[in-house]
Amino acid sequence: MKKEHNHMKNKKFGMCIDLDKCTGCGSCMVACMSENNVPFREDETDKRKSITWITVYKITNNRPFPDTEVCYMPRPCMHCEGHDGHSPCVSVCPATATDYDMATGIVSQIYTRCFGCRYCMGACPYHARYFNWWDPVWPAEMEKYLSPDVSPRMRGVVEKCNFCYSRYQRALDKAYCEGRSDIEEDEYQTACTQGCPAGAITFGDLNNKSHAVYKLKKSPNAFRLLERLGTNPKVYYLSSKEWVRKAGDNYIKGENPKNIKKSHH
Amino acid sequence: MKIDRRSFLSLGIGAAAGTALTPIPWKMMDDSAIWTQNWWLTPVPAGGEVTYKTTACTLCPGGCGLRIRMVENRAIKVEGLEKHPVNDGGICPIGLSGIQLLYGGTRVKMPLKKVNGKFVKISWKDAISEIALKLKVLRDKGDAYKLSCLTGSDKDVTSLLLKRFINTIGSNNFFANTTISDSYEFVIKKVHNIEGSMSFDLENSDFILSFGSGIIDGFVSPLKMIRAHSRIKEQGGKIVQIEPRLSNTAAKADKWIPVNPGSEGMLALGLLHVIVKEKLYKSNIVSDNTSNFEKFRRLIIPNTTLNKAAETTGIDSKTIEKLGRGFANARKPVAIFGRGKGDSPIGFGEAGLVYILNYLTGNINKKGGLFITDNKKYINWPEIVKDEITNAGLDKSRMDGAGAGSFEDTKYITSRLADLMESKDQKSISALFIYNENPCYTLSDSKKINKAIEAVPLVVSFSSYLDETTAKADYILPNHTNLERLQDVPSVPSGITGGLVSLSKPVVKPMYDTKNTGDVIISLAKAMGGNIAESFAWSSFETCLKSTFKDQWNALDKDGFWFNPGKSTRQCPDLDFSKLLDINLSSIQPQGSKSKFPLVLIPKETMRISSGYIADPPFAVKVIPDTVLKNNDQVVEINPETAKKYGLHDTKYAILTTPFGEVKVKIHTYNGIMEGVIAMSKGLGHIGYDKFINGKGENFNRLIGPVEDPDSGLDIAWGIRAKLTRA
Repeated sequence: MKKEHNHMKNKKFGMCIDLDKCTGCGSCMVACMSENNVPFREDETDKRKSITWITVYKITNNRPFPDTEVCYMPRPCMHCEGHDGHSPCVSVCPATATDYDMATGIVSQIYTRCFGCRYCMGACPYHARYFNWWDPVWPAEMEKYLSPDVSPRMRGVVEKCNFCYSRYQRALDKAYCEGRSDIEEDEYQTACTQGCPAGAITFGDLNNKSHAVYKLKKSPNAFRLLERLGTNPKVYYLSSKEWVRKAGDNYIKGENPKNIKKSHH
Repeated sequence: MKIDRRSFLSLGIGAAAGTALTPIPWKMMDDSAIWTQNWWLTPVPAGGEVTYKTTACTLCPGGCGLRIRMVENRAIKVEGLEKHPVNDGGICPIGLSGIQLLYGGTRVKMPLKKVNGKFVKISWKDAISEIALKLKVLRDKGDAYKLSCLTGSDKDVTSLLLKRFINTIGSNNFFANTTISDSYEFVIKKVHNIEGSMSFDLENSDFILSFGSGIIDGFVSPLKMIRAHSRIKEQGGKIVQIEPRLSNTAAKADKWIPVNPGSEGMLALGLLHVIVKEKLYKSNIVSDNTSNFEKFRRLIIPNTTLNKAAETTGIDSKTIEKLGRGFANARKPVAIFGRGKGDSPIGFGEAGLVYILNYLTGNINKKGGLFITDNKKYINWPEIVKDEITNAGLDKSRMDGAGAGSFEDTKYITSRLADLMESKDQKSISALFIYNENPCYTLSDSKKINKAIEAVPLVVSFSSYLDETTAKADYILPNHTNLERLQDVPSVPSGITGGLVSLSKPVVKPMYDTKNTGDVIISLAKAMGGNIAESFAWSSFETCLKSTFKDQWNALDKDGFWFNPGKSTRQCPDLDFSKLLDINLSSIQPQGSKSKFPLVLIPKETMRISSGYIADPPFAVKVIPDTVLKNNDQVVEINPETAKKYGLHDTKYAILTTPFGEVKVKIHTYNGIMEGVIAMSKGLGHIGYDKFINGKGENFNRLIGPVEDPDSGLDIAWGIRAKLTRA
């Protein structure tokens, strides 16, 4: 699973999402669908079957009126690193259709290899993986807007967020053509990051000290989802509200997240 | 050989074990995975050179700059234009889905004419000459003034060409959809007696008091507002949100103060009481000489004002006092008003008082405050050429009563449209042009509009889509859609203090036999001949646009927008308090009897649902939560206590009844809403279009009726009394 990448230091792409800024508008979801040729159906109200690589959850503090509070939480694929790339989904895939890339930290999905056993979906604690129950159909002239950078998927395969890998490839190609061996921070940004009107999403290399995400992940307000499972996710959330930070994991009554030692940092 | 049970079982087990030891089942499973693959059914998008084209969004009044990713001549994706003053690279779900409006199945593909209730194809030439003939007949009969026009805005060049056209024909009866901007203009005119509008510099304020404005829920210029919201969060500004429901804006605010629906104006009065009584206003703002301030002061300082405010709003007087002091003592306070997205105007009672709140803190035209903006008039066309019929028509006053008598400062009273359409007497509409608007869906009491429009002998729609109103038209002259057409996109001032115009440019060739409405009007004018043709001397819409913008055209064409920061604010003259002495707040009570309809229905507005004349494209529908739309059922929000009181249950059906109609809905119980209030999302329940939007949910506007503000005449309908019963 460990690969040596030619001359380049390994990158670890990740995201910091500022939940204080996120307005729940849903632009990230649509930007993702439009970027990645995600199909749509006549009725999308069964959310278990609706394919949204990044989805915005609405969470509440469950207090009665008027002490109710609400927070939106966009959830892309967490691109779990686990220990040394043993992310929950990669570990279980019998077809090697999903892989952890040591050079980028991105968990890939190879559609033509996937035979739809959905084991990975069961293994993913974040519900970040989606199954194509039907063949996609683009009505009227809509096939015209499909992007050649991303293959449309067929019925029977699993798909998920890949941090807009096609954008990474384009950025690398451009750098290569210009005789550069590496890309700048702003040359590779995911579609959701770019589209977010609130500027709530920051994307970059978590290993690179000059990238914004490097600083943000160290904020005292930063937390990750279900960290205690040891999935070692690469998506960080920032919230100034304690109940939101606490909602990111399961705690026993009276347990204080601040005092809990977390592994795999 | 006799086959008994024993040998049958042993043979069976032996066969199964034998097969399992061979590679057959594994090979079969592997093969089935291959045989069932149908990759040939999935499209393979063609590759090609990637380029980007600059344009502007026309799907809402927000005016965002766009960057379209192209592969050869196909538009692939809509992205936000970086450095654009409104959105700076950001983009909303509806703008992103705009690509599906271009390539989707809701387009009108050619000019159509209704014959015996069915649409048939007609050529552009025939359609224009037939309509021109009908208008000539109207003029000859002396009924020129009965030609009316309804547009989505009265700021862009195409809408103003339409206005010019019907004026030249001889009619004053041009209508534009009224919004919160009309309230802003009305207030400025009333209290300062100047033409102007308002813009709120939220990002530089340290205390934002929002009277239900959906700052992050799509208010007026949604992207500008969301960006301002992020700046406020970074700088530690405080937001206090006043509204009956925990909207997204309320959820993100530092404080949410629930208020009885419609009583926001009373709260403003209570706050003014505190500020005036305790002399918390800026001393240089008013003096003893300020006209009528003393009268205003005496009117509001009795303690009864505070008690009444507390009683009506449901907010205790201590909270009102604390809020008033907090607001007045902030360094850069601003009070913003206009509910939800600002799609509806609000009464002068409320608007005027909130304006005074701002005025007394001395924040007018100050950083972080309220700016009085100049109504940018870049239109400088030659006077229209008039003949006798034109003059006779223009001498008549407007049919809706706007611009005269007690409504002299009001531009349009759209709530009277239905009556004018139905009427058979002198005041009736005989021909109606509709551009960028869908009255059969968006106007309150839409059921009545749907019926009334059938009485109009000639309805011409310029819509690109087969929407509710267009389905009732006699002629459809389809406009190029977004990404296909040339159009100026004037910025609504909210949040922007400078002059800003963007340019929507065609990024793809028109897909179908459509024409730019600007060109159609010019052709129609030429077909009419005489003074009308003379008034439209431009050879095409493009030449008209270029000559209109003159010096700004180069910037528009090159950058996609023209921006002149800080150049369009107006001096703030002294304020006349006399207009506020008999302010009317009673009209804001929701319609309907409390005994028959114990609950209040209010609209819920979000960024994910377009509630204007554009219906949600499939991507946007896809991101609607299942607590808003489930299958085709509209879901309404109520407090769990209200549910308990009326025997209603989460996810179960109920009948929602208002004085204007009833619909079947599903219940969603939510702690973030006041007891006795029902919230229903606006923008659903469309009829027609395609299967991705047709029949999904219910139209909120069908359940409410127009409410005419006694001061301005504007339709200020917002909520209504309602009841919920188990289905």
